[in-house]
This record gives sequence, structure tokens and C-alpha cells, in this order.
Amino acid sequence: MRISVQEAPFDLGAEIAGFGAAGNAGAVVTFSGIVRDDTGRMVALELEHYPGMTEKALTRIAEEAMARWSLADCVVIHRYGRLAVGEPIMMVATAARHRKAAFEAAEFLMDYLKSRAPFWKREIGVDGPGDWVDAKDTDEAALNRW
Amino acid sequence: MVEVVYFAWLRERIGVPRERVETGAATVSDLVAELSAREPRYAAAFADLAAVRVALDQELSDFDAPLAGVREVAFFPPMTGG
Repeated sequence: MRISVQEAPFDLGAEIAGFGAAGNAGAVVTFSGIVRDDTGRMVALELEHYPGMTEKALTRIAEEAMARWSLADCVVIHRYGRLAVGEPIMMVATAARHRKAAFEAAEFLMDYLKSRAPFWKREIGVDGPGDWVDAKDTDEAALNRW
Repeated sequence: MVEVVYFAWLRERIGVPRERVETGAATVSDLVAELSAREPRYAAAFADLAAVRVALDQELSDFDAPLAGVREVAFFPPMTGG
């Protein structure tokens, strides 16, 4: 299991090379989130986080996924700082014996880190810093299925 | 004495990322009331508590929680990771 909170970019391919092999996994699922521009006027996202609490929260969520789906391995990488449109923000990877567990665990990780990991996003537009992104009710509701 | 930290728009409205606060507040709600009575920038930041989350020593908590033994109180908006 590996958790990383970092400003630097990550290499998704390098992260999953040989991933899960040691744990006799039969399935690997990856998800990567990318900065998108819905308005045509956004240049970047700025992500603030709570150093210390972020690592603890991600570790707890990943440990729960490892135990609940008997994962062979799990990686969570989340960036902070200024990220341009098109840049990757975060990734999760899960390795399990079967695909259902790997998919479910990846979705669980995503749902939880969206509303339980202390990150805050602000849009940076062509005219400078804009609004903080509001949390969505649907993100909170997504936790209920777990 | 407790260390109080703020993130995102709470940090911007209050104007500092962290501060040491001399307080005898028994709960988080008491601390919020104390700060809000102190200066308008706090009252503005804490005007809508439905939009504010709190962590005590880096664990998510709630406004009824006691402050006894707590070293760090963090206030921030609902999280938007992922």
C-alpha cells in the first residue's frame, strides 16, 4: 500500500508496472482524475490541503479498502498546488484476486477521498483566481452506498 | 491555549492561516461564539456553520465536541478532493 501527497506530477504507467504481481492479484483497476475546463475560460486549478491530516485521512481510507476487499495492493496519489488544465490531479490503483473487488475498491476510494480527504479546489481563470469549488450534495450522498 | 488553523475561503475571510488563541471555551461551538464576538471578520467567516467543517487534532469532528486536551482546531469548508 502506498499513499503520496505531492506537488510533483506522477507517472501512471510507472506506478502500475508490476503492480499487484507480488500479491498474486488477478485484476488491477486504475483511475486517474484530470483537470478539465467546462467553461473554456479556465487555465488551472489550485489545490490546497491540510498537511498531516491529509496523509492520515488517505491512509485510513486506503487501509479500509485493503481490508474490506482483501486487496493485494493499493496506491493513492493526490497532488496539490497549481495544476494546469489537462494535468493529472490524482490516481488510485487497486489490485485484487478478481475484478469486482478491484473495481469496487477503486470506486470506494474515489468516493471517500472526494469528501473525506482535506483538499480544497479553486478555479484559476484567464482573468485570475476565481471561486472555490463547492462540494456537491451528490458526492456526500455517494458515501451512503458503502 | 489552542492552535487554530483555517483553510480555503475561511482562511481568506479571517486573514490568517493559523493563530494561537487564548480560550476557556468548553466546546467547538463556544470557541466559534468567542471568536465571532471578537471581530467582524470572524463573524463573517462563521455566519453559516452549515458550510463549515471542523477537525480536532487532525480528526474530523463536530461543533458539540469538547475542547479539553485538544491542541489544534481546524476550520474549513466541505472538502473537494478527487
